Amino acid sequence: MSPLGATIEGIGFWTRGLPSWQAACDYAVRGTLPDDAPARPSPQLLAPNERRRAPETVAVALEVALAACRAAGRAPSTLPSVFASMHGDLTITDYMCATLATQADGISPTRFHNSVHNAAAGYWTIGAGAMQPATAISAYDATFAQGLLEAMVQLAAGHEAVLLVGYDGGSAGPLARISPSEGLLGAALVLSSAPGDGWPQLRVSLDDGAADAVGGALAQRDQANAMAQMLPLFDALAIGQRLALLKAGHGRVLTVEIGHV
Amino acid sequence: MLPVAIRAFSATTALGRGVEAQANALAARRGGLRRNDFGPCIAGDVPLPCWIGRVDGIEDAPLPQAFARWECRNNRLAWLALQADGLLEAVAAMASRHGSERVAVVVGTSTSSIGATEDAYAGLQPDDGNDRSRFPDDLDRPIVHTPHSLGDFVQHATGLRGPCITVATACSSSAKVFAQAARLINAGVVDAALVGGVDTLCGSVLFGFNALQLVSPDPCQPFDAARVGLSLGEAGGFAVLERIDDEREAPLRLSGYGESSDAHHMSAPHPQGAGAESAMRDALARAGIDAADVGYLNLHGTATPANDSIEAAAVARMFPAGLHASSTKGWTGHTLGAAGIVESVFALLALQRGVLPGILNSATPDPACGPQIRFDNVHRDGLRYAMNNSFGFGGNNCSLVFGAVCENPAVAA
Repeated sequence: MSPLGATIEGIGFWTRGLPSWQAACDYAVRGTLPDDAPARPSPQLLAPNERRRAPETVAVALEVALAACRAAGRAPSTLPSVFASMHGDLTITDYMCATLATQADGISPTRFHNSVHNAAAGYWTIGAGAMQPATAISAYDATFAQGLLEAMVQLAAGHEAVLLVGYDGGSAGPLARISPSEGLLGAALVLSSAPGDGWPQLRVSLDDGAADAVGGALAQRDQANAMAQMLPLFDALAIGQRLALLKAGHGRVLTVEIGHV
Repeated sequence: MLPVAIRAFSATTALGRGVEAQANALAARRGGLRRNDFGPCIAGDVPLPCWIGRVDGIEDAPLPQAFARWECRNNRLAWLALQADGLLEAVAAMASRHGSERVAVVVGTSTSSIGATEDAYAGLQPDDGNDRSRFPDDLDRPIVHTPHSLGDFVQHATGLRGPCITVATACSSSAKVFAQAARLINAGVVDAALVGGVDTLCGSVLFGFNALQLVSPDPCQPFDAARVGLSLGEAGGFAVLERIDDEREAPLRLSGYGESSDAHHMSAPHPQGAGAESAMRDALARAGIDAADVGYLNLHGTATPANDSIEAAAVARMFPAGLHASSTKGWTGHTLGAAGIVESVFALLALQRGVLPGILNSATPDPACGPQIRFDNVHRDGLRYAMNNSFGFGGNNCSLVFGAVCENPAVAA
């Protein structure tokens, strides 16, 4: 394929202990951690009662999405969005399956509609007032690479800018051994087809090959999270590396070249 | 947009396996719903009292040994659906023409194989040495307990090596796969794509929709004034898409797609149908046609009280009275993440064979229904364009336009 290009206009990042992209950069470059990191994201797009009730995966996705939009100076309502998560919300899957095994007609209607893989996308579009298209995908350990590819072909199809969000949360119950994932991790990019003005440029192509085996500081810190697969790109962005290799599934790799400014 | 050729298509539903079974049942107005005989039981040891569109024979059709890792009801249905109507041969032709790494797999599902996870929880085993419990050995296979179970299985079953994605936007999933595949083809990432969707009946959706009070105790009645809710179904279907070139004719095409969000509520549609209308207008615009050019519109038409009146009003605002629009969920049930592909196949059958279904089980039109909503079947040859609407939880909307002739000047150029 001929490479696809994009400008990164904004980055959002949240994991326990590193609640912003700036904190992630400081950690990747100097190994420092902020003193007062909150235990839970607090996405400002949701009404206060929904902010408390929202599943953690939704909260982290909305937190980083808004941060990326603010960094890009773009109104959240104007952007089509791609939400990439390997498992969705494993605690809700655990709840649904455990409840069905004991009292099937006791399923909570709210937890059922929160169980859809596009729950974060739905809450985002509602909170942002975004009537733009939103999608939600999974591709196992290639989820983020396929999400990045989808965001970039949306630009190629004529959208001026696209929001990409990658996230996964912790696993729960008997599912935890089969679908292990720990912590709470989210990152977002606002990508645009406009020429960069002080922002990194991306060029991506699909190739045969393998992703980086040993990750950088961010990848190592959150390696137990299912979305750690995206961290080679964020490590590279944080420390100014020019190349990141992302798993693209079964012997394939997404080669991401980064032009820093 | 540049249209994309449709080289093969098929669906397997409660109406049977393959397009012949679908076309015959639609034409004969022979529905596929039955009294629920599936899923966890409630008090009194009975299944949830409702009607379902169940595919016969899945229990007797295990996956070939080579695919044992992916064994589950959902992937069994995917495999059944893939074997109909020359799909695998069309996939092989794409791989040989373009190279397997130049053919994408983009498939949609709502719950993927969560039925296998439900089974694992129903059969949890004590774990030696601690007080936790573990999955039974035959379900100790991580790939069937994650949403990409479907995409990963289809990729292995076909040997394709292009981008492989599972789209999971609830009930719009396997409509959106057409849009994503068209983007991948038109951006030059691939030359062809296998798209589709599979969802199987499971406890999560039966009891989840029941908790939302959206399940009808009787066969669903789309667009009927007395409708009370949906009937759930299961289905699988696929289509093979390819970039149009000068060498081969492309009698059937994906001409346009439109996607939008309601930005309103997680499980209730926008009261004015703003998102639905936006998706339809966007699809028409991308196809470069007027609403009057559409000969058949397969509606989302779930038979829930909210969806149908809102969708009918949006259709009445946009389309001339001559449009034939219908919901086929009285035949198949609401097949959730497979609804997009199943009803796209029905739209393609309208173009290819002139089968325009009406609506099953319904008698009295909802007051919101305009003259476009048709309860009776008609046969009409020579249609140029047919559309399909699929709307999902999270306010996720997708509308597709299929074309039977080359009318787009962008192709001629």
